Amino acid sequence: MKNIFIDAPPLTPDQAKLGRSKGYGDHPLDKYLKEGRIPHIWCSGCGIGIVLTAFIKALEKSGADPDKTVVVSGIGCSARSAGYLNLDTYHTTHGRAIPFATGVKLANPELNVVVISGDGDLFAIGGNHIIHAARRNIDLSIICVNNFTYGMTGGQGGPTTPVGAISTTTPYGASEYPFNLVYMAAAAGASYVARWTVLHTRELRDAMIDSMSKPGFSFIEAISPCPTAHARRNKLGSGLDIMRYYKEKSYLADELDRDETALGLADKIAIGKFVDVEKPTYLDMYNSHVADRAAQAAKKKKKKKK
Amino acid sequence: MENRAVLTGTHFINGDIACAEGGLAAGCRFFAGYPITPATEVAERMARRLPQVGGIYIQMEDELASMAAICGASCSGARPMTSTSGPGFSLMMENIGLAAMLETPCVIANIQRAGPSTGLPTLVGQQDVMQARWGSHGDYEIIALSPESPQEAFELTIDAFNLAEKYRVPVILLSDEIIGHMTEKVVIPHPDEIEIVKRRSPNIGPKDYAPYYPDEDDIPPMSTAGDGYHIHATGLTHNEHGYPDISADAQERLVQRLVRKIRSNADRIVRTENLYLDDAEVVMVSYGCSGRTTREVVETARADGMKVGMVRLITVWPFAEQLIRELAEQSSVGAFVVVEINSGQIALEVERCAGGNAETVLAGLMGGRMFAPDELYKVVKEAVL
Repeated sequence: MKNIFIDAPPLTPDQAKLGRSKGYGDHPLDKYLKEGRIPHIWCSGCGIGIVLTAFIKALEKSGADPDKTVVVSGIGCSARSAGYLNLDTYHTTHGRAIPFATGVKLANPELNVVVISGDGDLFAIGGNHIIHAARRNIDLSIICVNNFTYGMTGGQGGPTTPVGAISTTTPYGASEYPFNLVYMAAAAGASYVARWTVLHTRELRDAMIDSMSKPGFSFIEAISPCPTAHARRNKLGSGLDIMRYYKEKSYLADELDRDETALGLADKIAIGKFVDVEKPTYLDMYNSHVADRAAQAAKKKKKKKK
Repeated sequence: MENRAVLTGTHFINGDIACAEGGLAAGCRFFAGYPITPATEVAERMARRLPQVGGIYIQMEDELASMAAICGASCSGARPMTSTSGPGFSLMMENIGLAAMLETPCVIANIQRAGPSTGLPTLVGQQDVMQARWGSHGDYEIIALSPESPQEAFELTIDAFNLAEKYRVPVILLSDEIIGHMTEKVVIPHPDEIEIVKRRSPNIGPKDYAPYYPDEDDIPPMSTAGDGYHIHATGLTHNEHGYPDISADAQERLVQRLVRKIRSNADRIVRTENLYLDDAEVVMVSYGCSGRTTREVVETARADGMKVGMVRLITVWPFAEQLIRELAEQSSVGAFVVVEINSGQIALEVERCAGGNAETVLAGLMGGRMFAPDELYKVVKEAVL
């Protein structure tokens, strides 16, 4: 068969220059962003940018080595965060950020591996992966931006959509019970679990620092407004209105009670650090229970042979 | 110190274990998988052996996760592997597409069983041939190798790693239940005799490096996570910098290259075993366990005076297009008999390449057992007449 492909246009000088954008470097935090990647894709009033800034500030404050910090994401608005960061970043398939990150981490345990993705990506299509990674206590930091909807595809209902909430696929109001993400992460075995809203930028930043320095599986839920796809349909107001709501309705909870930490459409929001425990990570367990025993078994075998 | 990764010597092991040993000999130190018959022995062997050589075996929650994990491990510089069979292979398709798009070298051993669906978990099939090539959505090219013995399962697994690293592509070891569960002599050579090909690393600094800017042979050098290159890799259509570029131009450049890097090197990649082709009137085309029966039938037919030859595909993908085309044009060749345990997958390729210059006959079996020599002999006899 003769193949005739339409000629691909060659790389234009403009494209070749990509990554050398005007104004880059003017902002003190620019060094944490890849050149030529801003403006970002997020709508005005969206909270994902605040989460990204909190993460950058966490990098700065913690002194984490950018060469050794890797960010992995799945699919969705929140998952686009990875592409802006001046680190090794991997934007993978829908729901698979955590298993991909598991491979990155286990093949090079030196790396500080962070997953930034959304509630739908991590808990619907990726739900099985997050509970198993938490169970294994793999040394990953998961930052889950929860905006209660699938923003990128225009606002469909998902596993966090509160009962009664209107979305394009729940036009009469959602009828399913939503997941309680922090409760689920804790139940699955996470070593660190926290929830903050994007109003709590310093707490978010500090939680990210904690999670990166914490050996084991850390989970941070960042409650974030989606004015375009979620708030508008549910008459929750603008991004600013939602920040006011966070200010009024969020309260520091001192324990992880299932019902207290459940989230509704406009209910109170329990925030805080819910879990912070020390326990051996997946690799600690692998080394002590598997690798060491394999080495011992091999030694015994050798002696026997002699 | 003895090299515990390469068990130099003569062994009596099955094809699954040989495949795992091939991986270890090729430098695999990361395996993520999920148990499934008849591929479980590959995982079990890795679970026992990897901790002995400083490697990691992780049993993931499913095959979606297994495939994603080996893509991630590859980005950290590992030579990773997974193994599976039919239903698990279907689940891996999503991230085989990701591996093709991110160009992460990795090896997937598919020990084929008969389908569709759960099918015959413990019995043979060769029905995943087209799935191996086309199973993930979109356009891409992969490499698939098909062993006909435990010895070849060992050797081709090493080749699979080397090809994956050289071309930055997922490589599939398309084995089958018969080969996986067949116990035979396997000779493992000295490590010095095993060729190890490593991926090309960037020879320029991070400032000038664009992760998807290819060398002249269409293969871009690959940086490793943690080396300071700060790359972005995405399953979205991307430009040479790795940044998403949602445009027809970027799509054209990228996907043409993904296809071209394999197609234009097909003559370097394709390997076949050829038997009695010079004067063949009928050429039997086969691969994997079916190749074994075919060889016996060819020998018997020759002994009986029939001019029968054989092409055994060692690389199933890319397909041995050139060879089949030349044979079809060879004046002696009247027909191809394609022997495979499916309803006609490689037969379609043979018929396409024959281009009407020779007849194509499918000797098919729906799975559950190998061909018996006498039933194939009958097909050949008819084809010769």
